[in-house]
Amino acid sequence: MAEKLKVSWKKDSHIWRLLIIMVVWFVFMGITKGGKFYSVVNFQTMFAQFPEFGLMSLGVMVCMITGGIDLSTVGVANVTAITMALFMRKIGAGSDTLGLHWIVIAFILALLMGAVAGAFNGILVSKCKIPPILATLGSGQLFTGIGIVMTNGSAISDFPKDFAFLINNRVAGIPVQFILFVIAAAVLAFLLKKTTYGKKLTLLGSSHNVALYSGMRVDLLLIKTYLISGICSALGGMIMLANYNSARSDYGSNYTLQCIMIVVLGGVDPDGGRGDIVGVLLAIFLVRALETGINRFPQISSYYISLIWGAVLLLVMVLNYLSSHHIKLFKKK
Amino acid sequence: MDKIIKKLLKRTETYIFLILLLLSVLIQARSGQFYTPNNIVDIMSAMIVPGLFAVGAFLVILSGGIDVSFPALASLTAFATTKMFLDMGYEGSVLLPLLVAVLIGAVLGMINGFFIGYLKLPAMIVTLGTSSVFKGFMQGTLESKQLAVIPAGMKSFGVSSLFTATNTQSGLSSRLPVAFLVLVLVVFVSFLVLKYTMFGRGIYAIGGNEAAAYNAGFRVKWTKFLLYVFAGIIASIAGMIRVCMMQQCHPTNMLGMEMNIIAGVVLGGTVIGGGRGTMTGCVLGTLLIVLVENSMILLGIPVVWKDVFVGLLIVIGTAISAYQVTRSSRRKGNRKQTEEVA
Amino acid sequence: MSEYLLRAIDIRKYFVGVKALDGVSLEIKPGEIHCLAGENGCGKSTLIKIISGVYQRDSGTIEFDGKTLNKITPISAIMSGIQVIYQDFAIFPNLTVMENLAINSQLVQKKKIVSWKNMREIAKEAVARIDFQVDLDAQLGNLSVAEKQMVAICRALMFNAKLIIMDEPTTALTKKEVKALFKVIMQLKAQGISILFVSHKLDEVFEIAERFTVFRSGKLIANGDTEELDDKKFTYYMTGREFEVVPFTPKKMTEEPLLEVENLGLEGFYSDISFSVKGGEILGVTGLLDSGRTELALSLFGMLPADKGKIRIHGNEVELKDPQTAIANKIGFVPEDRLSEGLFLDQSIGDNIAISEIDNLTNKGLLDKKQYQEEIDRWVKELTIATPNPDNAASTLSGGNQQRIVLAKWLACKPDVLILNGPTVGVDIGSKHDIHVILQALADKGMAVIIVSDDLPEILENCSRVMVLRDGRMSGEFLTSDASEKLILDKMM
Repeated sequence: MAEKLKVSWKKDSHIWRLLIIMVVWFVFMGITKGGKFYSVVNFQTMFAQFPEFGLMSLGVMVCMITGGIDLSTVGVANVTAITMALFMRKIGAGSDTLGLHWIVIAFILALLMGAVAGAFNGILVSKCKIPPILATLGSGQLFTGIGIVMTNGSAISDFPKDFAFLINNRVAGIPVQFILFVIAAAVLAFLLKKTTYGKKLTLLGSSHNVALYSGMRVDLLLIKTYLISGICSALGGMIMLANYNSARSDYGSNYTLQCIMIVVLGGVDPDGGRGDIVGVLLAIFLVRALETGINRFPQISSYYISLIWGAVLLLVMVLNYLSSHHIKLFKKK
Repeated sequence: MDKIIKKLLKRTETYIFLILLLLSVLIQARSGQFYTPNNIVDIMSAMIVPGLFAVGAFLVILSGGIDVSFPALASLTAFATTKMFLDMGYEGSVLLPLLVAVLIGAVLGMINGFFIGYLKLPAMIVTLGTSSVFKGFMQGTLESKQLAVIPAGMKSFGVSSLFTATNTQSGLSSRLPVAFLVLVLVVFVSFLVLKYTMFGRGIYAIGGNEAAAYNAGFRVKWTKFLLYVFAGIIASIAGMIRVCMMQQCHPTNMLGMEMNIIAGVVLGGTVIGGGRGTMTGCVLGTLLIVLVENSMILLGIPVVWKDVFVGLLIVIGTAISAYQVTRSSRRKGNRKQTEEVA
Repeated sequence: MSEYLLRAIDIRKYFVGVKALDGVSLEIKPGEIHCLAGENGCGKSTLIKIISGVYQRDSGTIEFDGKTLNKITPISAIMSGIQVIYQDFAIFPNLTVMENLAINSQLVQKKKIVSWKNMREIAKEAVARIDFQVDLDAQLGNLSVAEKQMVAICRALMFNAKLIIMDEPTTALTKKEVKALFKVIMQLKAQGISILFVSHKLDEVFEIAERFTVFRSGKLIANGDTEELDDKKFTYYMTGREFEVVPFTPKKMTEEPLLEVENLGLEGFYSDISFSVKGGEILGVTGLLDSGRTELALSLFGMLPADKGKIRIHGNEVELKDPQTAIANKIGFVPEDRLSEGLFLDQSIGDNIAISEIDNLTNKGLLDKKQYQEEIDRWVKELTIATPNPDNAASTLSGGNQQRIVLAKWLACKPDVLILNGPTVGVDIGSKHDIHVILQALADKGMAVIIVSDDLPEILENCSRVMVLRDGRMSGEFLTSDASEKLILDKMM
């Protein structure tokens, strides 16, 4: 057991590091804020908030494992949310109720849209051989632009209320958003861990050329990956639509960078070839817990959060640097 | 002559120039307003801030890095400087605030340079992090708010113009701010630095082959460090000029510009990954983005279509340059073969 | 003035607790061509990097040109007259020939400002020294490998170099180019410059070097005059083992050919190639670097589909339009460049082995972890890959073991036809021998093996037949029992 832990400590050092940061933070919050932080409502709010960017982060994660990146997540999320808001407005035709079956159809359509947008990115990256950072930067702007054209730049909020009501609901005290997130994360974890896709993805990220010579269908794999990212983003967009009860092309614009940050925090190598969903899930939760915790201190401006995120990111990078260069800050006995 | 044309046809800059020309003719045909003195001047003045940012981004990309922190860096410096001089009740000229901004910009650039140059961390992630830190520091620690008034010296620098161009038909007139000279100066100095200093050649060398640059005796870490300091200085100048030109300090409205700037630089033929790119291309690429962003009205296209067009421009532009790279590498294989046969 | 130009005595270097150099010494006389040999990982590159200032030694003394050098930096090494030409030539592909030539001198003179006129003069002078014809304004990335190397040599000569270290300079050169290189080396010698020639190709060592030093696992094994050396001794020094060469003869061949190629062609690369391979035989394909041999190999694996002609496998015509179809048709391919084409260096040995057959290691669509691990363990054992743990990264292994991983990857797919492009490039002698034994055993088990290589002894020892390509066309086909190196060379040139 101790041996196993030791091996895991060495192998998954970044996960342990995240866990330690998290424990420290939770203890700190417990001492300073106690019940105010450790309340059911507080945790329910947290669990309802992080799925939107959490889903996008999962999308960025798969792309980054291949050595790419997806900067179009927010664009995909918004254009999906806008289209579905318009769709539901049309179906609802002024009434406040839509019915569950239409909501389900809207979700299916949203996932399809995400898939198409993601596949578009995948084709740009694989077939057109555009560097992912540029391809998704351009397509992200394109999606955002389409959203602006569809809405004239304003917010759409006059769609049936029962959509937001349903998603903002709780099942046995658990927010629906969180349930959706768990389903998506479970499916992705299954794909990555239990099927051959995960292995191929990691190896592809290690070297595209070798993957080609090993007989992998590199183009198809890339398209699949960006398609998954598109689906994650679209789902994130639907949750955003419910959380804000409206859709607009510039919602969540700082999520792009935040998602990348989360993924790197989670231990994914920005050059590809290394990364694990467990680390990213931890990072998603950590980022939310940090933000919620800080919000409990009214004397600290909420603007400090961005400073803290940046600092944490740099700190983790430096720690990774030190451990990869075998520089020990604290000498072991 | 033939040789020159052949050489020109191989360069991205030529194509960007032709596209610019085509676009301007198109706008002229649709509106009759492109080749008017005031429109040209408007575009020139719209180029100032993006142009400055682009030079910084260009140098960084050329070295094989990337910088997404420059808008946050510029916002932080510009706000801090403006606020400081406002609080001091400073009445003097723009030069002192500019100098202070440059100093702050250099210090912030050092942070990027330290992490990227000395710790060799990936530039994209580092600048994402510092961008977030700069923004948080500005909004949290400095409690940035919109400043409707700016120091008199900065204000007068913002309104002072080189000349005013008037459109005789419409009677509209536009001023060319003195700040345009700053852009010209920065572009010129950067051009000279790139071409005629070892620091500049070092940027190319590192972008081409970092390990070789080290073995050849370039001080790679120092060069990178200095480069990000330089980029920080240029960004801070851009931030100050933006505040002066707008006559007020809006701390957040530069944020988010990074993507379009980088897109412009890349459209101009600078290769992500480093080593290849020219100052001319950088300026032309940025001009293309600025032109598309600013000429929607003249083309009779509603402004809401702006992002769609810029997005398409990036996707198509990068696809074409990616295609060129693949094709040229294939042609090389063929050429080698024929030479051997001959 | 001592007898020696360079004396590196009792050099030690550790990397994170691993002994890379364990008290080695190297002495080079002025104006001599000295060969430094040893298998991969023996420490020869480490020593070069120490001499040139890239690494710092942990202990030992270095004397150069009568002076003791304490701390060496890349710049100070250049200033004292030590130049290294690395395998990748350490050039800037994005800069012009002129700048590549002149930039070092500018750096050494600590110039801050660049004078292009001055640079052009320096460059002109540099190419004149070995009478090298090249367009100074051409981008270096567009030159051929041999031209790049000449640029690197010209550059090295500019600083009154007293010692030029060449790290395996002939790896990517054709025979013709190697000859030209040797001529230049003799010219340099005549000018009184010492050359440290790093190589493990026996024939080259005998041809060019006067004295030699051999390292093995970070230790000095032998040094002396090459005249006293022979094949057997040299191999023994390098590997610590003795080998016996047994020319390959097919034991049992299949009646029908497994692979037939008819009038195969690819515009600009090769044309009218026809041959067939039966199970149980090993076919050698050879030719100069630009003969189309590599492209032909790539076509047979679907990487670079042919545009004319027919390919038949087991008598059925197939179109090999991508590697997946080739693999589906039971063709395996060991690529030329292990580092950029063969191996996921930073991934585990196990994943590298299993990746190409991964889709067969599934159970109802899910990855069967147990089967996966068994398969990996099996191949590690079967090909005696020397590793304590298959979870370690592939980069932790030596060249020979790495090549075994690539072999294992393909053998795991149970191919009928195995194509190997330069199977032992950059592989040390010991592993080279082992790989040859493996290949012969595979053929004896009924596999059709194609070795694409310009290493003629390798072809003659291991193939039953050889096909020679010249300028994209077949210029000869022989049974190796009837062929000699000279005959093949004649057909190649």
